[in-house]
Amino acid sequence: MATYATTDHHEDHDHKPSGFFERWFMSTNHKDIGTLYLVFSLIMFFIGGAMALVIRAELFQPGLQLVEPDFFNSMTTVHALVMIFGAVMPAFVGLANWMIPMMVGAPDMALPRMNNWSFWIMPFAFALLLSTLFMEGGAPAGGWTLYPPLSIQGGNNVAFVIFAVHMMGISSIMGAINIIATILNMRAPGMDLLKMPVFVWTWLITAFLLIAVMPVLAGAVTMLLTDKFFGTSFFSAAGGGDPVMFQHIFWFFGHPEVYIMILPAFGIVSEIIPTFSRKPLFGYQAMVYATASIAFLSFIVWAHHMFTVGMPLGGQLFFMYATMLIAVPTGVKVFNWVATMWRGSMTFETPMLFAVGFVILFTIGGFSGLMLAIVPADFQYHDTYFVVAHFHYVLVTGAIFSIMAAVYYWLPKWTGRMYNETLGKWHFWLSTITVNILFFPQHFLGLAGMPRRIPDYNPAFADFNVISSVGGFAFGITQLLFAWIVIDCCLRKRGAKATSGVWESAKGLEWTLASPAPYHSFTTPPKIDDRMLAHGDVSH
Amino acid sequence: MGQATASSNAYYVPHASVWPIVGSVALFLLMSGAATLLNGGSGMGLLKFWLGFAILIFMFFGWFGAVIKESLQGLYNSQVDVSFRMGMVWFIFSEVMFFAAFFGALYYARIFSIPWLGGEGDGFATNQLLHQGYEAAWPTNGPDNVGGFFETIPAWGIPLLNTLLLLTSGLTITLAHWALKVGQRGALIFWMSATIVLGIIFLYWQAYEYVHAYQDLGLTLGSGIYGSTFFMLTGFHGLHVTLGTIMLIVILFRCMAGHFTKENHFAFEAVAWYWHFVDVVWLGLFVFVYVL
Ligand code: HEM
Ligand SMILES: [Cu+2]
Repeated sequence: MATYATTDHHEDHDHKPSGFFERWFMSTNHKDIGTLYLVFSLIMFFIGGAMALVIRAELFQPGLQLVEPDFFNSMTTVHALVMIFGAVMPAFVGLANWMIPMMVGAPDMALPRMNNWSFWIMPFAFALLLSTLFMEGGAPAGGWTLYPPLSIQGGNNVAFVIFAVHMMGISSIMGAINIIATILNMRAPGMDLLKMPVFVWTWLITAFLLIAVMPVLAGAVTMLLTDKFFGTSFFSAAGGGDPVMFQHIFWFFGHPEVYIMILPAFGIVSEIIPTFSRKPLFGYQAMVYATASIAFLSFIVWAHHMFTVGMPLGGQLFFMYATMLIAVPTGVKVFNWVATMWRGSMTFETPMLFAVGFVILFTIGGFSGLMLAIVPADFQYHDTYFVVAHFHYVLVTGAIFSIMAAVYYWLPKWTGRMYNETLGKWHFWLSTITVNILFFPQHFLGLAGMPRRIPDYNPAFADFNVISSVGGFAFGITQLLFAWIVIDCCLRKRGAKATSGVWESAKGLEWTLASPAPYHSFTTPPKIDDRMLAHGDVSH
Repeated sequence: MGQATASSNAYYVPHASVWPIVGSVALFLLMSGAATLLNGGSGMGLLKFWLGFAILIFMFFGWFGAVIKESLQGLYNSQVDVSFRMGMVWFIFSEVMFFAAFFGALYYARIFSIPWLGGEGDGFATNQLLHQGYEAAWPTNGPDNVGGFFETIPAWGIPLLNTLLLLTSGLTITLAHWALKVGQRGALIFWMSATIVLGIIFLYWQAYEYVHAYQDLGLTLGSGIYGSTFFMLTGFHGLHVTLGTIMLIVILFRCMAGHFTKENHFAFEAVAWYWHFVDVVWLGLFVFVYVL
């Protein structure tokens, strides 16, 4: 039988590199790199959050209050780019780094050095992006979707943003390749594909989506670059091109991208709910197939972002029905989570609270998505705050809630200490209440016709905007609590020592390792015992 | 360090490496230098750009050098080999998708935007009001005749020749692979060299064609949508052929240094896959850019 001797430090398996530079800048260790990703993501979360608060402060009252309109537009643009590429995606990659080798019984990622490169490109990419804030002419202000001609009418920022996006793309693609290779090639003997934890499955499919669409985004922004600087006419009707073409290419990337930000979340929730329901996951295989169908469908729905730009009727119908079709596999998932909880002996520790909050609030976002998918209705909703409400339900109470659930769930495994449960519960309840104060009124604003991406508005919208801004600041401040809880657990180490199982009935290979997990996860391949898997023995 | 006991089924976790962070700094300098230059900067921009470029090259030598050394020490077992293979396959897939974006642009322009500009379907009013008199056609540089009069490069001259060259090079690299697998060093080196020569001749003709297009035909990157798609697709392809040729040359040197064995020659195969990939992209180009 194969043994994995990790040949670098084979005398002492838990030997960490001694120097600070060597450990954090030259790392080949999936846990250290995972930590780097997560810390980076947390920093970006607060930078992006600060920008969101600028937006909400400006929108607190009608009329121009605090910032120049152009700066306001920069804030909406850069906020989105930072949150999508800097906060949500790296957080998921960080979780993948930490957990996938442990979950499949591997010593590390398949390509550890490339792993480090994937991470270290990110801070530099964001240095490039954020440097535009201090540039003459300011940061990009044409929206994160970078639609031409507006986006390339910016000043000096255009080239910087495009190259920053290229760097993020390189990082994502390398990260995704690594994850696929790890999952397909590094599983312990006996860890069949259909025995893998759902989190691993969702990441496998997400990684495929990343490799398929990040290069398309790279192509799209390259065409923007040449249109601006080298006289091409891709997006200019005068030369026979079409600005709408950019939108097609962008959303061919963009819609799978939103699933890149939610499929790993599905995986996380599918790990947590069985643990705290003390039951195997309901419908494991259905979960896997639903994920795969969502991924497939995500390639053929992109133009639902473009119903109002002009498209032949046949196209509108096709994209409408294809979009609605996604609700079917998504519904399967929600049903399975509920069915897992059904008659379970449930407890509500913080990870479970966030997971249940996810199921309910993400579903609200899914429903508003369905409303947006209806072409004639979207004519009314498009580019209003209704869309903003929709994507914040799926992204904040969806993706971000799942990330927080994951952090609480696995933090004891990472650090060997429990976090402060009381504070965790406070964090959950404050977040959940404030996030709804923040985003729920935006549905009403949108339905009443308030456009998105605008610093001033009709006084008729004032009341709901006040509520939303108050919620926004409260939500923002609440997240400081999260940072504190994490710091308290990681650095001050005041919590109780965690056992290897951590949670009463947590299942999966990661819980067979000590807490904190050893530096090299599985130096000898573990024996796979079906009863140890979160979804029980799938063959029955 | 990797003082490894090369037990055949030991998993190799490589030791810490400085190259990733070097590569990140290089990319940062390169990209911010390029952005500065595009914005009209000079001194600093040039410095950052070339410094970044130089460091990047340095990184590739250092990184691949380390990998080659480890591979020759026999540290990599079959599992590592499979990881490398998967890495290469998915990398090529990402490249396919990169080209897909530009092929998509070509397709969209020809099937949708140009007929619409010419007044088809919903485009009727736009055509009447904005582009009166413009008739859909291919090649075109749009209603505004952007870039002025131009002629195109006929498919059945140099492009056909280049197609034959690349197809032949696909054959020669396969012959080289066979030679490697039966352990015939001489034949291996011969067929590898032939592949490289074919690649270089291809590049020469491409460059010749570009000069011809710019100087005699009036066809430039700025010739409306035709020029844009033509040069973007052939340009990125040419860039890939250039990279592929450089990789082939490195592999040739490694063949001569005797780095590869009958069983163990992943680097050779990876470059061969890459070469086949640029070959296939060229076939797409030949059909959709030149012939149709
Ligand atoms: C049942 C599933 C979903 C459906 C039917 C759906 C449908 C839609 C539609 C039709 C739009 C375009 C609205 C407009 O601009 O007029 C939209 C926008 C958006 N959706 Fe969804 N969606 C779904 C799930 C998700 C998920 C899971 C995410 C992310 C995690 C997401 C993120 C977004 C984002 C970010 C936008 C706005 C993009 C922008 O214009 O800036 N959606 N959705
Ligand atoms: Cu979408």
